[in-house]
Amino acid sequence: MTVTITPEALREVALTQPEYDQIVELLGRAPSPVELGMFGAMWSEHCGYKNSRPLLKHFPTTGARVLQGPGENAGAVDIGDGLAVVFKIESHNHPSAVEPYEGAATGVGGIVRDIFTMGARPIALLNSLRFGPLDRPRNQYLFGGVVGGIGGYGNCLGIPTVGGDIYFDEKYNGNPLVNAMCVGIVEHDKIMRAKASGVGNLVVLVGADTGRDGIHGATFASVENPEESHRGVVQVGNPFLEKLLLEACLEALEVEGVVAMQDLGAAGLTSSIVECASSGGVGIEIDVQHVSRRERGMSAYEVMLSESQERMLIVVTEDALPQLRAIFDRWDLHSDVIGTVTDDGHVRILDGETVEADVPASFYTDECPVYVRQGVESPAIVAARERDLSDLADVTPAEVIPTLLQLLASPNICSREPVVRTYDHTIMSNTVTAPLEADAAVVRIKGTDKALALKTDCNPRYVYLDPFLGGQHAVAEAARNVSCTGAEPLALTNCLNFGSPEKPEGYFQLQQAVLGMAKAAEALGTPVVSGNVSLYNESGDEAILPTPTVGMVGLLENVARRARIAPIDGDVLILIGQQTATLGASEYLAIRHGLVAGSPPELDLAVEHNVQLLVRSMIADGIVRTAHDTSEGGLLVALAEMLIAADTGATIALQPLLDANAERLDRTCFGEAASRITVAVPSGRVEEVLKRAFDSELNALRLGTVGGDGMRIDIAGTAAVAELRETWESGLKVGR
Amino acid sequence: MRFGVVIFPGSNGDHDALKSIEHGLHEEVVPIWHKDTSIGDCEALLIPGGFTYGDYLRAGAIARFSPIMAAVEEFADAGGPILGICNGFQILTEAGLLPGALLPNSELTFRCDWINVRVESDRTPFTATLDPGSVLRLPIAHGQGRYVVTPQQLAELEANDQIIFRYTDSQGQEHDDFNPNGSTAHIAGVSNLRGNVVGLMPHPERAYDALIGGDEGLRILGSVVRAGLAAVRA
Repeated sequence: MTVTITPEALREVALTQPEYDQIVELLGRAPSPVELGMFGAMWSEHCGYKNSRPLLKHFPTTGARVLQGPGENAGAVDIGDGLAVVFKIESHNHPSAVEPYEGAATGVGGIVRDIFTMGARPIALLNSLRFGPLDRPRNQYLFGGVVGGIGGYGNCLGIPTVGGDIYFDEKYNGNPLVNAMCVGIVEHDKIMRAKASGVGNLVVLVGADTGRDGIHGATFASVENPEESHRGVVQVGNPFLEKLLLEACLEALEVEGVVAMQDLGAAGLTSSIVECASSGGVGIEIDVQHVSRRERGMSAYEVMLSESQERMLIVVTEDALPQLRAIFDRWDLHSDVIGTVTDDGHVRILDGETVEADVPASFYTDECPVYVRQGVESPAIVAARERDLSDLADVTPAEVIPTLLQLLASPNICSREPVVRTYDHTIMSNTVTAPLEADAAVVRIKGTDKALALKTDCNPRYVYLDPFLGGQHAVAEAARNVSCTGAEPLALTNCLNFGSPEKPEGYFQLQQAVLGMAKAAEALGTPVVSGNVSLYNESGDEAILPTPTVGMVGLLENVARRARIAPIDGDVLILIGQQTATLGASEYLAIRHGLVAGSPPELDLAVEHNVQLLVRSMIADGIVRTAHDTSEGGLLVALAEMLIAADTGATIALQPLLDANAERLDRTCFGEAASRITVAVPSGRVEEVLKRAFDSELNALRLGTVGGDGMRIDIAGTAAVAELRETWESGLKVGR
Repeated sequence: MRFGVVIFPGSNGDHDALKSIEHGLHEEVVPIWHKDTSIGDCEALLIPGGFTYGDYLRAGAIARFSPIMAAVEEFADAGGPILGICNGFQILTEAGLLPGALLPNSELTFRCDWINVRVESDRTPFTATLDPGSVLRLPIAHGQGRYVVTPQQLAELEANDQIIFRYTDSQGQEHDDFNPNGSTAHIAGVSNLRGNVVGLMPHPERAYDALIGGDEGLRILGSVVRAGLAAVRA
């Protein structure tokens, strides 16, 4: 059967001619305009994962603690005491590139809804940001807007923003990344799912009115060059309304007779109705005339594809409706009965008497095309990775401290204080370590001795130079950061930010990074329980650095036994684990030599697991109270960060490390490596630490003693800690 | 003592206010919905922080018209102890129960931090058991906390002993560097003329446990319990 359609009409819904032909084939007729718009949204990468689905199958998604893996609004993991932690990370990259404040704000709003849709009370927010360098005014504007939007929304909701990570690189010019993560707590038996059931049950739309904003947002998220697309697709957030919706929905979940809840995010009413029907194996019929609207004259098409924020779909029995309505009335929110659950598996959209769409739900979901592509690695990247770095001139002893200062001022290393101070991190009175005090945020669970440790991470330069190895690093480093607080990493969520999968080089990065992440997640025992895919992150013809952001969640059984990064005067500094570092893919190489080259540090996942286990056990046993991961900038930067945090000095001997680093000062001081953690312990516990490391077959090297007001390095001289601090604090300027 | 925490649409400090009384002070506490018209048998009221009505017109400007506010005013007139925290402080100034106004921070951004305040007067039920000059470490988290009064009002506040808290360093010394929002005369909290209604921008209800950074907020919340109503009614 042949039905003709114009290329313009297809571009509007971001479908290809073969995809259109497939729809005609499935239906046995041409789709109506509303149906076509719904297919466009559901078959977008954002909703349908048509390029990533075959790859995502590689992730380990099960484990003894996993209560809910991928496929729901968020993942859920058992933390004992009948409680579960519910979490997910999601991107809002394209909207933030166009309208940074609202883009970031609605990104926070969306991820928070994903968490309370599951019945969980949101207790923490994190965010992972990637921007072009701030010396460009446009990047300043975008960065300031995004930081403002994250704070504006999260602060108003009253959910603490406790952590995250920020990274700058030229490759994010024009296409910044804004990934927001939310974490919630729920009792096991109160986890709610988005499966509609019970023929005759009512479908209720609650929260905000529906307007013309954000139409085609899901398809917009799946095209290149966000800045050139139309502005009207960016939604506007109302955190006040979300706060009311949050409280009302959590109350509504206590009503017996509420059988499913699904938030309205990308593709609005279309995706929430389709998902609810499809996952419940039922049909849903709605009449768009019953949807409260912001303006007159909206068509069925506009109502179905609007991405107006702060809305929620609830499926409820007829008997329970009055009770449900009373709750929303009390919070001054709408509750419109817009339809019913049916037994024919169809999603039927009426506009009064007119049938605007009538398609089996499974056509939108199960029949979504899947593309398995061929990836090819870019020869330029291969060449960069294979570049020999041994011919680079080493730093002289006199250059070490100036170089350390240069690195501390680097936008990728310097203090995040100017940003984090604009986020409320103390509300809800659970935050045990303030941002920057520890390698991961520690948030207590009231009524227990437990706490969660939370961290987002990804070194995109590692992934760029070697996506398989870099993907492993993203998982390993996030886990290491969590372990440095004493918490056991339990599970992760991820946000796969990549360029176009339609380019072989782009697909290669996505594929290899996913395989690397899967390998590390398996080895470290941290299954993937939720996530999001953001492809087509390109500006001009250039893709972003491949950025598979990892959000790691760990559990501290006893919050009294935890570690932070600041040591105490008199403590002895001990380096646990890897002693050999590399200049490959390092921040030092980029700053000092202007090079993005070489292979990222090697990573033996068994050693990595062992290092983390040892440090966690020493924290749990009360031996170690200070631990810090060594990442961008290498060992000297990590030590400087610890001393700045404690506002004290130390004597440091690096001579013993030269041998393992080809006698090079630059590798010893600033080279990067995985599987190493610096701990600080009272002098009386040193022997114990060395013995435990020996028993674990790990290196442990005594680096020096904490105290005084200078950082005194045997092979380089002395730096005043006050100067280190001033330099580190001066690096980041947030525009408004 | 029985506390009441008044909850408006957009209040978000209500949880912390309830928990700090329940778990920090081990006193009785009940939530009071803004559509209610009575505070029941509560003996002290907390107006918690948040973004009531989104702060959309002006912080606190809409909440002051909520049905419960008539009962709050009645309680204030009767000498009942009322503590407005952050947005609660803003609501009480909008309602005319406290002098002055709160404007956007001088840096024009939201600021979250731990700061120090010096107790300026023990005349109120919330400071009756504290020594003037003592320093408390408390969190702040606000975008509109710059307390402003006219020079004449400032003189009146000084003369009537209505300045209750000032921002200082940890030693109790005032400097502009330790004024987090540009408030007039480093003022962090004030009272009404009678002393029974107090507002402050820092959050004592988030400082009730050393595990979460400090417990010195309990000294403010606990003061009203120990002082009882006697401090005001004597």
